[in-house]
Amino acid sequence: MRPLAAVLCGVMRTLVGAHAHWQEPPSSAASIYFANHTSHMDTLAIWAALGPRLRAHTRPVAARDYWDRGALRRHVALRVLNVVFVERHREGHEGDPLAPLAAALEEGSSLILFPEGTRGTGPLPGAFRSGLYNLAVRFPQVRLVPVYLENMHRSMPKGTFVPIPVVCTVRFGAPLARITEETREAFLERARAAVVALA
Amino acid sequence: MSAQQKFYWLMGGVVTLLAVASLVGALLAARAGTETARAVVANLNSRIRAWWAMVAIFAVAFLAGPIATLVLFGSMSFFALREFVTLTPTKRADHVPLFLCFFVLIPLQYALIGYGWYGLFAILIPVYAFLILPAVAALAGDPDRFLERSAKIQWAVMVTVYCVSHTPALLLLRIPGYEGQGALLIFFLLLVTQMSDVLQYVFGKLFGRTLLAPTVSPSKTVEGLIGGGLAATAVGGAMYWITPFPPLGALAMSFVIVVMGFLGGLALSAVKRSLGVKDWGAMIEGHGGMLDRVDSLSFAAPVFFHLTRYFW
Repeated sequence: MRPLAAVLCGVMRTLVGAHAHWQEPPSSAASIYFANHTSHMDTLAIWAALGPRLRAHTRPVAARDYWDRGALRRHVALRVLNVVFVERHREGHEGDPLAPLAAALEEGSSLILFPEGTRGTGPLPGAFRSGLYNLAVRFPQVRLVPVYLENMHRSMPKGTFVPIPVVCTVRFGAPLARITEETREAFLERARAAVVALA
Repeated sequence: MSAQQKFYWLMGGVVTLLAVASLVGALLAARAGTETARAVVANLNSRIRAWWAMVAIFAVAFLAGPIATLVLFGSMSFFALREFVTLTPTKRADHVPLFLCFFVLIPLQYALIGYGWYGLFAILIPVYAFLILPAVAALAGDPDRFLERSAKIQWAVMVTVYCVSHTPALLLLRIPGYEGQGALLIFFLLLVTQMSDVLQYVFGKLFGRTLLAPTVSPSKTVEGLIGGGLAATAVGGAMYWITPFPPLGALAMSFVIVVMGFLGGLALSAVKRSLGVKDWGAMIEGHGGMLDRVDSLSFAAPVFFHLTRYFW
C-alpha cells in the first residue's frame, strides 16, 4: 500500500474504526456499494472498510465540485482513491451524466455510490435519486450491495469542519435481488429500505 | 539489583506466566466436550492471546522511555473516551466540547505529566474542563437535556482521561532512594489490577456459586471476589522488591488496589447497563473494549497515586 493510502487508512481506523461487518461473505465480483450519506468522511470510511483486496478494484463516485478542489484533495481523489468524478450541477454540461460511471463498470471496477446525491442530517437516508436505478438497468449482472454507515452523522455532522472520534461500523448487506419490470419508484424505495434495514 | 535488572526479571516472570496460561488453554481446548465449555475456552484463549499483545506493547513502551509511556496511556485514554462517547447519546451541540476533550484535554493532561506540572495536572479536568466544557456547549444554544449531556461528558473525561492519567503520573513522584524507578511502580499497579481481574475471573469460573450483584454485573461472584482478590493481594505483597514499600506496605497497597479495582469494575458495569450494553466495545479480542480492560485501573490509579504520594 502506498504511504498516503496507509496514512488515510490509519487516520480512519483511529478516528472512527471503520471496521466492516459483512452480512454475506464479501465478493470481488463487480459491485455497486450504495450507502447513506451524512459526512465528508463517508467515502473514506467505506474505502477503508473494504480492505486492500476489494479496494484495489473499487472506485468511489465523487462529486467534482467537492473533490476536485485544492491540490491535496484532488491528489487524494485521483491518485489514492482513484475516484470517478460526477457533475452534481448540470448547468453547462452536455451528455449523459452517468457515462463515466458506466465506463468504470464496463472496465470491471466496482463503485461506491451515495444515491441521495448529497449529505443528510439524520442517520437514515432520504429519497434516492434515479442514478442507481439507471445503472442497475444497464448492468443487470452487477451486484447491488446496500451499505449502512453507522454513527458517521455523529462524528462529522453537516456544518462541522472537524471530526470527533466515534466508533462507526460499516455494515454491508446482502446484494439486492433483481426483479424484472420493477418501476423506478419501487426499485429506489426497495434499495433505500435495504439500507435502512441495516440500521 | 538495578531498575533495569528488576524489569527483566519481571518480564521473565510475566512471559513464563503467559506461556503456562497458553499451555493450559491449549489443554482445555483439547478436552472441552460440550458446546458451552468450548465457547468459554475459546474466549479464554482469545483473552490469553490479547494478553501477549498487551504485554508486548507495554514492554516496548517502558523500554522506550517516559515519553513513549505517556503516549501509550494517552492513546488508551483516547480509545476509552471514544468508546464512552460512542455509547453515550450526545447531540450536535456537543460537537465542540467533545472535540476539545479529544484533541486538547487528552494531549494537555499527559503533557502536564511530561512537564512535571503537578498542580495544573491535578485540577485541569475537575476544575477547568468542568467549567469550560458546559460553557462551550451552551454557546451552541441547545438547552435540550443540557444538564444530562454536560454531566455525561464530564463523567466520561474524568474516568477515561483524569483517572487513567494517574497511572503514568506515578513517574512524577520523587521518592527518596527510589529515583528513576517510577516505571516499576506503574508496572506494580498494572500487575496488581490486572492480576486481580484475571484471578477473580479464574476463581469465579472454578468456584463461583453466589452472584454478587446480578443486576449490575452478572459475572461477578462472591467466591471470585474473595478468592481472586486475596490471591492478587498476595501476589502484590510478594512483589514488594520492585516497590519503595516494605513487604507489609506492599501488601496493604495491593489490598487497596484490589478493593478500588473491584469498585471501579462494579461502578462502570452499572454505567454500561444503564447505557444498555454488555461490553464497551470490541477492540481487544476476548476482553471487549478498552474500557472493559481499564475500568478497574481507572478507580485504583488515583487512590494508589495519592497514598504513595502522602506516605512515601
